[in-house]
Amino acid sequence: MKSRFAHFAKKEFLHIFRDTRTLIIIFGIPIVQLLMFGYVITNEIKDVKVGIYDPAGDYLSQELITKLTSSGYFIPELIITSEKAIEPALKSGRIKMVISISPQFAQKFYKDGVASIQLITDATEPNTASLLTNYASAIINEFASDKGIGSQSTIPFEVRVRMLFNQDLKAVFMFVPGTMALILMLITAMMTSISIAREKELGTMEVLLVSPLKPVQIILGKVFPYIGLAFANSIIILLLGYTVFGLPIRGSLILLLAVCFLFILLALSLGILISTVVKTQQIAMFFSMIALMLPTILLSGFVFPIESMPKVLQWFSVIIPPRWFIAALKTIMLKGEGIALVWKEMLIMISMSLFFILVSIKKFKERLG
Amino acid sequence: MVQNGKVIEVKNLTKKFGDFTANSNLTFSVWKGEIFGFLGANGAGKTTAIRILCGLLEPTSGEISVAGFNGYTQRNKIKRNIGYMSQRFSLYEDLTAKENIRIFGGIYGLTNKEIKVRTKQLLAEIDMEKQADWLIAALPLGWKQKLAFSVAMVHNPKIVFLDEPTGGVDPITRRNFWEIIYRVARAGTTVFVTTHYMDEAEYCDRVCILVDGVIEALDTPLNLKTKYGANNMDEVFLKLARKVTS
Repeated sequence: MKSRFAHFAKKEFLHIFRDTRTLIIIFGIPIVQLLMFGYVITNEIKDVKVGIYDPAGDYLSQELITKLTSSGYFIPELIITSEKAIEPALKSGRIKMVISISPQFAQKFYKDGVASIQLITDATEPNTASLLTNYASAIINEFASDKGIGSQSTIPFEVRVRMLFNQDLKAVFMFVPGTMALILMLITAMMTSISIAREKELGTMEVLLVSPLKPVQIILGKVFPYIGLAFANSIIILLLGYTVFGLPIRGSLILLLAVCFLFILLALSLGILISTVVKTQQIAMFFSMIALMLPTILLSGFVFPIESMPKVLQWFSVIIPPRWFIAALKTIMLKGEGIALVWKEMLIMISMSLFFILVSIKKFKERLG
Repeated sequence: MVQNGKVIEVKNLTKKFGDFTANSNLTFSVWKGEIFGFLGANGAGKTTAIRILCGLLEPTSGEISVAGFNGYTQRNKIKRNIGYMSQRFSLYEDLTAKENIRIFGGIYGLTNKEIKVRTKQLLAEIDMEKQADWLIAALPLGWKQKLAFSVAMVHNPKIVFLDEPTGGVDPITRRNFWEIIYRVARAGTTVFVTTHYMDEAEYCDRVCILVDGVIEALDTPLNLKTKYGANNMDEVFLKLARKVTS
């Protein structure tokens, strides 16, 4: 004989699989969102159209231009013939940057040891502009030191930058953990709060409460299927990140899945908490959107680094659950560290879950009394 | 009416929500196999009382015994022995009639075999064998209501509580529904029903009229009509309600 609980939990699966729209949302959103974040929102530099102003036109300037344009970062879109034409060219939007080489470039370089190159960028997109100048300067500096004169002779230090853990500064490495937090939050917290609110709205919750099922069993039976779905989703996201974007999983896979599981429980407890205070599906959805999605996107370190937030928001981000999940994910996936460096995050997630569950039980009892 | 034992006993039941008293000092008993009507205007405290008896609400004070079990300490035993149908026909709209019966059968601890037998039996009783695999959403309101009643009866409870079961359905379906109630009562199940339709009160074995949270009258419809010199229950009710407000 199947237990009462099994019968009840099975029902929730029936609801989910009968509702194709919800299924599409559950499995479609992660894929679409990940591909979107991975391909569209990118701060990588690739094939940027630039203008070239080269009044020198000697062999050295030609060599430099070839080096710049063969780097894969820049494409020479426009040859500018006069200084006056530089600004209109940028204004037209056809190019993002102009590389302007001073006259008698080769002669000055070898004779005086100093030749100037001006980089003029379109700073309507400030981040892109500074990235462009960084990339270009790096190439130019390398060119100068190859030619034997230049930076090394005049500057006593040589700064060598190495970006650890994400050598190519791939944005997708930042977005996968964030997207994962967002999706898990969406599916578990929002779906559970909506599905519990639906029982209340339909009046079936009352019938269930009159039945021999204990309230704890009712709640567990409702959330049980979503644990499985959310877990399946985290695996899909990880697989996509790994196969499509080459995201590394340097640390232990088991630890990584354990952290995902903890976060799923945390999101569930939040969903349950929401469902104890709201009465309708609409409010549950609204609540989840405002109270969970926005902080997840803005304050968890998903899009904006926590270190560069104002102090007040930094303190506030401490209570945003996905912050700890994203931090732990990055540590495990990118740095390949073990439990020694993520136990703090895990402990915080466990405490938060317990706190939310305790508050839910209290709320639930108040309502019944 | 066979009076072979009390299945519900309530003494001095009081329920307060803050300053508001929803039920004040209710005392009554319900006999086995009886159709017991709980009558009253909206807000008279019918739903509060039924919810307390079902264990959905805790009373502020008073003694309660349902199906022979204590209303404070043996709630779980009570829950196994009662069925409940709320004001809204609470079925899962995205599931079929059969699935709804199966789920609640499972929740009440019936074996798969028992569930199969019971499903056939229940659907036959309400003439819905052909609609067994229809989604609830596709059924007309009257059918949903009959099915919700069957679901409440799935585990053969000793008492079934019906909270305004006929709200919003047409007179023919209502009549039909009451025939099912009679059948169940004759088979020995106690039916505890709340309503504000006074014509339905005539169908009950005994009625309890609640005005502003207080029991104003409790007797058979016939005795009440004689006592208040009324032609029907509607007049009895109006007389009682006026007496209180004036």
